[in-house]
Amino acid sequence: MSEIIGAVFTSHVPGIGAAIAKGLQQDPYWKPFFDGFAPVHAFLEREKPDVAVVFYNDHGLNFFLDKMPTFAIGAAPEYRHEDEGWGIGGFKPFAGHPALSWHIIEQVVGDEFDPVTCQSMLVDHGVCVPFELCWPTAEAWPVKLVPICINTVQHPLPSPKRCLDLGRSIGRALESWPGDETIVVLGTGGLSHQLDGERAGFINVEYDKFCLRNIVSDPEALTQHDTLDIVELAGSQGVEILNWLAARGALRGSVRELAHNYHVPISNTAAATLLVENRPKVSA
Amino acid sequence: MFVIRTHSATRTIPGTPIFDGRAAQKGLGLNAMCYSFNSAANRAAFVANEESYMDRFALSHQQREAVRRRDVLGMIEAGGNVYYLAKLAGILGLNVQDLGALQTGMPIEEFRAGLLSHSITERSIAS
Repeated sequence: MSEIIGAVFTSHVPGIGAAIAKGLQQDPYWKPFFDGFAPVHAFLEREKPDVAVVFYNDHGLNFFLDKMPTFAIGAAPEYRHEDEGWGIGGFKPFAGHPALSWHIIEQVVGDEFDPVTCQSMLVDHGVCVPFELCWPTAEAWPVKLVPICINTVQHPLPSPKRCLDLGRSIGRALESWPGDETIVVLGTGGLSHQLDGERAGFINVEYDKFCLRNIVSDPEALTQHDTLDIVELAGSQGVEILNWLAARGALRGSVRELAHNYHVPISNTAAATLLVENRPKVSA
Repeated sequence: MFVIRTHSATRTIPGTPIFDGRAAQKGLGLNAMCYSFNSAANRAAFVANEESYMDRFALSHQQREAVRRRDVLGMIEAGGNVYYLAKLAGILGLNVQDLGALQTGMPIEEFRAGLLSHSITERSIAS
């Protein structure tokens, strides 16, 4: 029987990938961010998950605006990164887990979600950077990938409640998966940042702390704001918190924060890493 | 008691473009051009001849002018989405701090200082 061990939440700023390629982890600018991964590495080394279910957003690699899914679920035997236009690359390919992907698709459609299903899918820095951060010394990724892509780019975006509910539906699928894999969930992106407009450079430490304080114990608290409220509070690209909310929803057991690291700024972003353990609920 | 909410289509957040259906329709050509820059060969073709490359994507007059002037706010006004514009910015040798400085009208040092003004590192590890 499958086991959902917990979740890693992390920012996925492309510049992190460039810093890794240049070996800048101990550079004074980057060190406070990279050091936050020590508990994550210890956790993954101890738990040795077989599968990573990753909630992220595509930034114009696999999806263009001519066909823009609100939710897309990868069901490919393999995934790879390609040139995103500005040169970061060299990311290792990913093995998929089509049987688990289709099990998830069956569950979420049964729960009345309507995702796009992708038997061929490129994954961008929203997946690759978190993998590099989680498994920095791996020669090949030690986990199989199931990517879940959420539209955080073109409004209207799915509501925070809808994303949390999608995550919960996927959590039910993971729990009912008959395989014996251990599964880690990843939620990527955020926290507050804004790249566009006269308010570019906007960062909101207070809202970020609200998210970090509540997402583990009371994720519903984040659903009091609609997506435009979140744009106002977290910046136009800070809406990537939707990926975190969906990932949080996939943990349906007894959850506990193991560690978090919040560091501002990394590039234009308030960067955060959060590690959450998930244990089966004790039944009477 | 009724809570009156502003309809999203009319809500404005100062200094914050909302990339919605209106912008997506207006910007399709410009964003399609930027999407094509995922290919190195297309980036080289743009650098070799910007005008003829813009022709291929039937950019509007407003979009062409904004690209010619390297006017980031103008590109956004013309429907450009920042994730796609970032691919064009890469060709022009601009990173996201440069884009921020251009849009806010600040010198780059001042824009960077603004980001650093939020400096904080907070860490917690459960026992």
